[in-house]
Amino acid sequence: MSSAHHTPHLLGIEGMTEKDITPFLDLAESYALLSRSRNAPRDVLQGRTVINLFFEDSTRTRTSFELAAKRLGADVVNMTVATSSVNKGETLLDTASTLNAMHCDLLVVRHAQSGAPALLSQKVEASVVNAGDGMHEHPTQALLDGLTIRRHFGRLSGLKIAICGDIAHSRVARSDIHLLRAMGNDIHLAGPPTLLPGALGTLDGVTLHHDIDEALKDADVAMCLRVQRERMGSGLVPSAREYFSLFGLDRRRLALAKPGALVMHPGPMNRGVEIASDVADSPQSVISEQVEMGVAVRMAVLDRLSRMKNPA
Amino acid sequence: MSSILFKNVRLIDPASGQDSKGSLLVEKGRIAAIDPKETPKAARIVDGKGAVLCPGLVDMRASFGEPGAEYRESIDSGIQAAVAGGITSLALLPDTDPAIDNPALVHYIRRRGEETGLVSIHPYGALTKGCAGKDMAEIGLLKKAGAVGFTDGARAIADTKQMRNLLAYSGFLDTVIVLHPEDPSLASGGCATASPQAVKMGLPQIPACAEAMMVARDLRLAELTGARIHFGHISTGEALSLIADAKKRGIRVTCDTAPPYFAMTEADIGDFRTYAKLSPPLRLEADRQAVLAGLADGTIDAIASDHSPADADDKRLPFAQARAGGTGLVTLLGVTLQAGLPLLDALRLLTVAPARLLGLEAGTLSIGAAADLCLFDPEEEWTVTAGSLPGRAQNTPFDGRTLKGRVLRTFHHGREVYTAEGLPS
Repeated sequence: MSSAHHTPHLLGIEGMTEKDITPFLDLAESYALLSRSRNAPRDVLQGRTVINLFFEDSTRTRTSFELAAKRLGADVVNMTVATSSVNKGETLLDTASTLNAMHCDLLVVRHAQSGAPALLSQKVEASVVNAGDGMHEHPTQALLDGLTIRRHFGRLSGLKIAICGDIAHSRVARSDIHLLRAMGNDIHLAGPPTLLPGALGTLDGVTLHHDIDEALKDADVAMCLRVQRERMGSGLVPSAREYFSLFGLDRRRLALAKPGALVMHPGPMNRGVEIASDVADSPQSVISEQVEMGVAVRMAVLDRLSRMKNPA
Repeated sequence: MSSILFKNVRLIDPASGQDSKGSLLVEKGRIAAIDPKETPKAARIVDGKGAVLCPGLVDMRASFGEPGAEYRESIDSGIQAAVAGGITSLALLPDTDPAIDNPALVHYIRRRGEETGLVSIHPYGALTKGCAGKDMAEIGLLKKAGAVGFTDGARAIADTKQMRNLLAYSGFLDTVIVLHPEDPSLASGGCATASPQAVKMGLPQIPACAEAMMVARDLRLAELTGARIHFGHISTGEALSLIADAKKRGIRVTCDTAPPYFAMTEADIGDFRTYAKLSPPLRLEADRQAVLAGLADGTIDAIASDHSPADADDKRLPFAQARAGGTGLVTLLGVTLQAGLPLLDALRLLTVAPARLLGLEAGTLSIGAAADLCLFDPEEEWTVTAGSLPGRAQNTPFDGRTLKGRVLRTFHHGREVYTAEGLPS
């Protein structure tokens, strides 16, 4: 979270403390309840414009932000910019000046390049929410993961959390690691060396494993990350079946975790690659709840940034 | 051409080891006398007020955008930055568009330098056609046309067998092959040195050993072929150890580094600062210390500006997509003076050492030498401000930094080619 030049942005979790994070979770929790009872306050963002600027296709995240903004009464516009057809750099800065001219209040950005939302935030007048940039951060995903965990355990600290999968290429993993560390949890990362950067082992509270069983032992949470099909056979992992055999979360492995441990996945899932179907659909799975909390967290983020920008 | 007497100057000539207060007389574009007893009546007097007068700097590796990318930096604009940095001789890399891979282009670059007349411009020739790393360029003909050495600029030769052939062939030409030491396959797609910070930033990484791996290969090939090689912008301690060992074993190898590698680290790319995106990428603190040690112990033979111009559109991009490279001409002296080296040694690395590596008659204050001179105040501070530097390209990695050591006047062949703002001309 940064607020240089008095415009608050949410560009990443890195650097945020428990004091910065908790108000987002508290507000999101109340929005989760209001959403369930169909009572979201439509006047919170009335008259504000939210633009979802997606340089990368993502139906799920875009829909989640769109719903969040609409439930708070904002005017929402979706812009999807195909990166392949244009000179990416020109588009980014030209887009910034276009958006300034449109007087957009909140700008939700998804981009394939690490740091792209940060670059945009220097050029636009709107508050920027990073909806995922390259391999860098995906802060609202970390907040929704944190909220989901907190609702089940009544706390978001002192838990053993295993994160398995393609850590190296995952912005979700980075944001989750920052958030879970800031809240005081014991984080265990598991994956093959090609997908697990050794440098992360230098962080306090983070332990690396190439044996997923060790990571899962007595874990409170088993989180799987998507391993993209294109990593298979590309020199990073020999095949999907080898990956599933060595690193996939199946029932036997889940039994190593604490009874009732939560199964999480940021989606979209590759069933039979990083997670077995029966585990994904088991009663321990909170994957659907993550999606629900996603909308609530995004409502809280849009609300808080808007209020920080326009104090009452 | 009129005579000039520099008085009240601290004369430093690394070629002879001289460091003394005195005066220097220039006549007909050449150095006529040191501490002359008589001054010609018509001589212009330049009172140095205690400032240092040293040979004009010799920058053995810089890139301009000419031909092909003049919007980044043309020879005309680039030399404005050079003279403001006290530089009077420049060796320009050949990886332009088109590459300097035929004799006419060597003549073209030399002629453009002569037209401007402010600095001596020495073109490198392409080592391979189009600097594409495959077919051998006509290095014999390019040398006859005036190429001072051969290189593919910022590209390494991936093919080991072809590298062997290039080094073997160059052996009979008494020339130097300048190499960009980075394993291109290991570095492909990367934009930052592998480090915890780069992992957190989610940037594609290059392990620092990509440099030592290429250095090891090329040292072995130099030993096999007897060729003379020079590694540009060395940035890691591991590569420096290999080079120091090779020198002891008599392999004909030299190397240079550039100011960012002893004055910055990968921490400086924090917040996705694309002006600090360089090639090779900035390294960890231990490597920065190793480069400083290499400068102090003589493993590193010269310091080059590594001037690599980019325009705003090249740099206002997400980090991984931004063009690598920083300007370096104006800041070369100031950053080098802060490396903690004795002044005489620092100036040697910037003058006579690179001149000798390239076989240039430059970089000394000896009687009869061309009067290429730099007058600078080693104490005066100034702040580097991108956007207001001389030259077209403004992509300095040192933006905002305060440097100690300001160039006051630069002379090329006895002609004043730069006068700092506020000084009488």
